[in-house]
Amino acid sequence: MKVITTKGVVKVYNPDKIPVKALNGVDLEIKEGEFTAIVGPSGSGKTTLLNVIGGLDRPDEGDVEVGGHDIDAMSDNDLIDFRKEHIGFVFQAYNLIPVLTARENVEFVMLLQNRPKKERRERAEELLRAVGLEDKMDKRPSELSGGQQQRVAVARALAPKPDFILADEPTANLDSKSSANLLDIMAELNREEKITFVFSTHDQRVIDRARRIVTLVDGKVSSDEVRGE
Amino acid sequence: MLFRLAWRNIWRNKRRTAITAASILFAVLFATFMEAIQKGAWDHMINSVVNYYYGYVQVHEKGYWDEQAIDKAFPLVDSLMKLDEKAPEIREVLPRIESFALASTGDHTSGVMVVGIDPERENSMTSLRDRISKGKYLEDDEEAALVAEGVAENLGLSLGDTIVLISQGYHGVNAAGKYPIKGLVNFGSPDLNKQMVYLPLPVAQYFYGATGLVTSLALKLDEQDDIKPVLKALYTELDTSAYEVMDWKEMLPDLVEAKTVDSAGNVIVYIILYLIIAFGIFGTILMMSKEREYEFGVLISIGLHRWQLGLTVWMEVIMLGLLGALMGILASIPLVWYFHVNPLRFSGDYAAAMEKFGFEPIFPAIFEAHIFLTQALLVFIITALLALYPIFKIRKLEVVQAMRA
Ligand SMILES: Nc1ncnc2c1ncn2[C@@H]1O[C@H](COP(=O)(O)OP(=O)(O)OP(=O)(O)O)[C@@H](O)[C@H]1O
Ligand SMILES: [Mg+2]
Repeated sequence: MKVITTKGVVKVYNPDKIPVKALNGVDLEIKEGEFTAIVGPSGSGKTTLLNVIGGLDRPDEGDVEVGGHDIDAMSDNDLIDFRKEHIGFVFQAYNLIPVLTARENVEFVMLLQNRPKKERRERAEELLRAVGLEDKMDKRPSELSGGQQQRVAVARALAPKPDFILADEPTANLDSKSSANLLDIMAELNREEKITFVFSTHDQRVIDRARRIVTLVDGKVSSDEVRGE
Repeated sequence: MLFRLAWRNIWRNKRRTAITAASILFAVLFATFMEAIQKGAWDHMINSVVNYYYGYVQVHEKGYWDEQAIDKAFPLVDSLMKLDEKAPEIREVLPRIESFALASTGDHTSGVMVVGIDPERENSMTSLRDRISKGKYLEDDEEAALVAEGVAENLGLSLGDTIVLISQGYHGVNAAGKYPIKGLVNFGSPDLNKQMVYLPLPVAQYFYGATGLVTSLALKLDEQDDIKPVLKALYTELDTSAYEVMDWKEMLPDLVEAKTVDSAGNVIVYIILYLIIAFGIFGTILMMSKEREYEFGVLISIGLHRWQLGLTVWMEVIMLGLLGALMGILASIPLVWYFHVNPLRFSGDYAAAMEKFGFEPIFPAIFEAHIFLTQALLVFIITALLALYPIFKIRKLEVVQAMRA
């Protein structure tokens, strides 16, 4: 089972000056195929949690296992390769490589994996179609709207067929229509590609679309609610 | 792929690219210009000094230079006069017979150097004719003398007077003669001004009792670069057990010394120049690394290894370096050419001193390919080394911090 588990994860920033406990004992299990929103007030540790799960940041205490791998035991280089294969990231903004077209952005990680050209091409086109950008494939990020850019970012995150997609406030810079559109696409890919989505958000309309809502307060899970559709 | 990324990054921020390339361009331009002027000034200086009297290369009988004695004179055979046919770089062969004599007039006596010359050949290298301040230049074998102004003054002689010379000639014969002064010569150099007396070659040979003999052959060359081939040709043409061949560096060690001292001083100037250049280029690299931290963070998060990212950025800077260096060469060529054709002209005391010696006080830039290439290469190497900075930076980059910005 491709699950994510965190046990007693603590992350302290500025340990020398004024320590900030960004995460203060997070226990969480996210199962394969879930569509989970991480919510909570600003500064509650959402970004930190996603970074720790994705191996961008290391916890000070506790264990993080992603798809059966102990993240903490991996070297930085192994982590980069691990992310490339198993985890797709979508950030709040400026995700894309500015000098590459939408298609090239989507192909980028596959290129790093040395996938054959034909496969790359087909996969990129398939994904860009799936996010509704078949007519924008050869546009650079600067020629796309924020919503379109985030859809490309989602397509890129999906391209190497990762097990998990971690998205930190993917809709924060989008208007409500684009947000809804992005969420539709994410939900559909979650269903069809069986990819586990974990995303943080402040947006109530986005929260409403989630099937599980984990609420963080002061670096701790304060509630964890699973909803049927 | 990484290359393509690097290539496109260069064109992404045109302003940044322009600034970086321009800083490299100016670095090359400046360094090239400086070296061309500095080397050119020395070339001009050496050329002037060398052609003043000695010439770039001289041929003597073996051992002459150490003794400088008339007994070391040698027969001026035809083949020696035709050395210029053996090496095309030899523009002219100047036969001379040189020794010391006493010049006197009534109660004044003065030591002088009496040189027998071929007037036309001598003039072609030393421009002796231009130094005549009064009277006329020598004809081929007339009984007449050219006397330096200083000599004339010492002896209280003037144009048309007769100068009496006494010396020891070849193999100890008595040498004596009197010659009408046909011209007065002005040398800026006080040494020469106090001692030079010129006679036509056959007249001087007769005076020294050395018919058909000379003590030296000065060779007129166009430039320093011609010395090497000429020496090579002479070593094969001449019997080196009978003749000695010397270049100006052996004959004028003081000049070599002065040049070395000057170059050593310039090393510091160059170091400062390259430091300024390095800081300028480093500044743009620093700015670029800072501006792109977020992007670097994203690239590492989505699976680009640090070394791959480092390599990409390094390639970018390298390409900028190449671009800047090439443009630098292109920009330098017309600039240096201009100052090659229109030399800087100096004024003031220094120029006056040069003019007094009969040198033109100009600093022509030398126009030589190797200067453009070395300076461009040096600046490029500096750039390539500075380009290591982003690699270092990327190695240390904290992804999460970079992306929080
Ligand atoms: N790199 C860091 N250095 C120092 N403090 C940090 C760092 N990253 C996060 N923090 C602190 O840790 C706490 C949690 O931050 P985090 O970014 O995870 O919150 P968040 O829930 O994502 O907030 P937001 O909703 O505003 O994005 C905050 O108090 C923040 O100031
Ligand atoms: Mg956040």
